Amino acid sequence: MFRRLHEPAEPVRFTFDGRPLTAAAGDTVAAALLAAGVREVRRSVVGGEPRAPYCLMGVCFDCLVTIDGVQNRQSCLTEVREGMEVRSQQGRRRLEGAE
Amino acid sequence: MTAAAASRDIAGPITHAADLADRYDVVVVGAGPAGLSAAVEASGRLAASGGSVLLLDENPSPGGQIYRAVTRRPRRPDDCLGADYWAGLPLADAFAASPAAYAPGATVWGVEPCGAGEGGAGKGHEPPLVGVSLGGAARRIAAGAVILASGAMERPMPVPGWTLPGVMTAGAAQIALKSADAVPAGRIVLAGCGPLLYLLAWQLLRAGAEIAAILDTADPGQRLAALRALPDFLRSPYVAKGLSLLAQVRRRVPVHGGIESLAIEGDGRAEHVLYRQRGRAGNIAAASIDADCVLLHQGVIPSTHLAAAAGCRIEWNAVQRAFQPATDDVGRSSVAGILVAGDGAGIGGAPHAAVAGRIAALAALADLGRLADADCRRALESLRRERARWRRGRAFLDRLYQPAAAFRAPRDPATIVCRCEEVTAGTLRKTVALGVPGPNQLKTFLRCGMGPCQGRLCAQTVTEIMAEERGVDPSAIGTYRLRSPVKPLRLSELAALPVPPDAVSAVTGEPPAKGPSESPADAR
Repeated sequence: MFRRLHEPAEPVRFTFDGRPLTAAAGDTVAAALLAAGVREVRRSVVGGEPRAPYCLMGVCFDCLVTIDGVQNRQSCLTEVREGMEVRSQQGRRRLEGAE
Repeated sequence: MTAAAASRDIAGPITHAADLADRYDVVVVGAGPAGLSAAVEASGRLAASGGSVLLLDENPSPGGQIYRAVTRRPRRPDDCLGADYWAGLPLADAFAASPAAYAPGATVWGVEPCGAGEGGAGKGHEPPLVGVSLGGAARRIAAGAVILASGAMERPMPVPGWTLPGVMTAGAAQIALKSADAVPAGRIVLAGCGPLLYLLAWQLLRAGAEIAAILDTADPGQRLAALRALPDFLRSPYVAKGLSLLAQVRRRVPVHGGIESLAIEGDGRAEHVLYRQRGRAGNIAAASIDADCVLLHQGVIPSTHLAAAAGCRIEWNAVQRAFQPATDDVGRSSVAGILVAGDGAGIGGAPHAAVAGRIAALAALADLGRLADADCRRALESLRRERARWRRGRAFLDRLYQPAAAFRAPRDPATIVCRCEEVTAGTLRKTVALGVPGPNQLKTFLRCGMGPCQGRLCAQTVTEIMAEERGVDPSAIGTYRLRSPVKPLRLSELAALPVPPDAVSAVTGEPPAKGPSESPADAR
């Protein structure tokens, strides 16, 4: 969990698992989630363990989330946008529409 | 703002793959110090002859990790980051004023070599192709020369509990500070070794964060090894700044040295750090400290995925204990038309990378026949002198901060090594003992390195564990074989790429159609 040193000059509204949150314009989704007090962004694929952004530089893939319906987005490399719908990923991914 | 910068702003950054040209004389990958300076140098020298340079970068704004968000961050008088960070601004400004094309938010997932084989210049061969995703679509872009400036990543520091929420790398906290103006809330424990750990501590303190302790894991045995390089370090540009920073941090934060083991525990998140500390008398004491956030760091290593997947020869650097692409004095890799500059070719730090980027740009232009040999030689002469200055003192730092064996190859068998597939050190050691020939076979047996990070967070540890188990040097073990795409690519993007006629023929068995087939629809 992170706290901001200054109030965002340009607030951006987005949701995480349906919960309305505020980010600063220019934030990555990962940074926005951390600064909004989100501790856990997904459950691991093998053990179902809680995970959160680890490297924030596109290396570790622990910050994978679903953004506007697209799975497995690296939230640390994606800029947050007004109205973005971000969802946590629980365990293993499935092909959309597959049984 | 200069006229050039203003005119480029009108054109603006390229945000969609369709807006990229089919070919550029030079394609630079990465907008850190090496990539920015390579793009500035190459585009400046090509401007007169109408040459083209493209800079592709994964991040939304230039600077790489070291100068992350430097063009966006408001510069307040009490800014906590320090002068070394703001040194990136002139570089970013020079790039903005340059004629180079710029595509931020671009994922480069592969570089296909030109097929000219090993060694030599790129003259007279098919150009390398750069595979890139941008704005939701993929393209393959031809390049006269490719300069990989993919920078560094933090050396993995696998300790029990390092996958818990609340545990991050020191670099991650620094990125949050630079790009989102945010610091970890609550009690922070920094653990590991190396200059960046102390730089981050200094920055966090200036930002008003609460650092409960620094657990320093530096191997005391390395002090002796570093001693030989001390005179060189004392004449280096790093010494005065480094010592003053260390002193300031030590005055304000309890620093516990001689840390021999670490474990992070908590219920679904980091809550405390257990550690064992060797005292001056050689006694070992166990202790625990409460923490809301644990930041790990034990140095940085080159990001080699793109170079390795392009077929560049990768070699072991015994002093820096990391794999890096083999390069000549100016950055040419073993593959024609592909150069590597900056920390991605071996760790040298940001100012060194900026010089190395310019050097690689000159070499690339000379190889393309776009720069007279005499001009190239003259320019290289002064740049080599500047580079030597930034290399001074490096050997001392590399040796002093070489991480201890227990943190390179975890002792506790339950420690997760591969975070994606959740493979533990114990499983790896047992499997190595079965006589597995190398990291690639370990990967096949255990799936370690097969998750979305493609081995970025475990490759180093797997090699270290295997070398330790076998009692051989890591150079004898090697590392994972990598293939493109080195970053996830949506199947729809891959499927929409133009298919060359011979590739269609290879699948259908039909003779290649006359004339080039440029789209999958045509191929059908």
